[in-house]
Amino acid sequence: MIYAVNIALLLLLLVTAASATFLVKELMSSVFILGSYSFFLALVWAWLGAVDVAFVEAVIGAGLATVLFLITLFDTAPKDSRLRRPPPPLAGVLGLPLLGILLLFAANDLWPFGDPTSPPNIHISPVYLQQSFADTLTPNVVTSVLMDYRGFDTLIETVVIFTAGIACALLLREPGR
Amino acid sequence: MTEFFLMVLIVLSLLILVYLYRVIQGPTVFDRVLGLNGISTKAIILVVVMGTVYDRVDMFVDISTGYALLNLVGAFAIAKFLEQRGNL
Repeated sequence: MIYAVNIALLLLLLVTAASATFLVKELMSSVFILGSYSFFLALVWAWLGAVDVAFVEAVIGAGLATVLFLITLFDTAPKDSRLRRPPPPLAGVLGLPLLGILLLFAANDLWPFGDPTSPPNIHISPVYLQQSFADTLTPNVVTSVLMDYRGFDTLIETVVIFTAGIACALLLREPGR
Repeated sequence: MTEFFLMVLIVLSLLILVYLYRVIQGPTVFDRVLGLNGISTKAIILVVVMGTVYDRVDMFVDISTGYALLNLVGAFAIAKFLEQRGNL
């Protein structure tokens, strides 16, 4: 009971911050509220037990993204950071809540949270848990999945991030050098 | 005892809601900055209390430390921005 109240409160905070991000008039305040939104999302992850995801969300989303957005705002003129938004289209105002209701309706068919007999928990997870140490000699199961079973996946991901970093460095280099 | 910590979680979330009102409604940027700082202090405690509920305080303390450090960097960035840009 108290558990449900808690997650409902956190979700209320999340939705309030998310809608306020779009409703405030200046970009600077939008950036602040986006940071708090990201942090509420991290709290929800932590409350659901996904501690590592919560850590990444708190550090990257709430901390680093805010700083990056502010650095971007440094280089914009003051007139760019005040917004004159047109009113949202009627199709969006009506359609998006309908889509949300549809998704909530469909979520009823999902397995209950933490159910040990749900397909994700019986499909391949027991194999990893039982055999990962014998296969890879790595004590941490998550590390063995990430670095051994899905090593190529992780390698290509690293290539993608490295390429994005090179592209950013090329775009942001000082002109005339 | 778990009930007590859950109640603490709820009260802290309600407090964050009050701060969030100031962040969203705040007439000046400074109100928003102060509200954001208040939210982050409450939230650091919130993460640690969550860890107490789950009996994994060591892991949750890591999150809250990381967030506290990054929040300091964010506060510096905001202060630098306001110094350069003046009152927005």
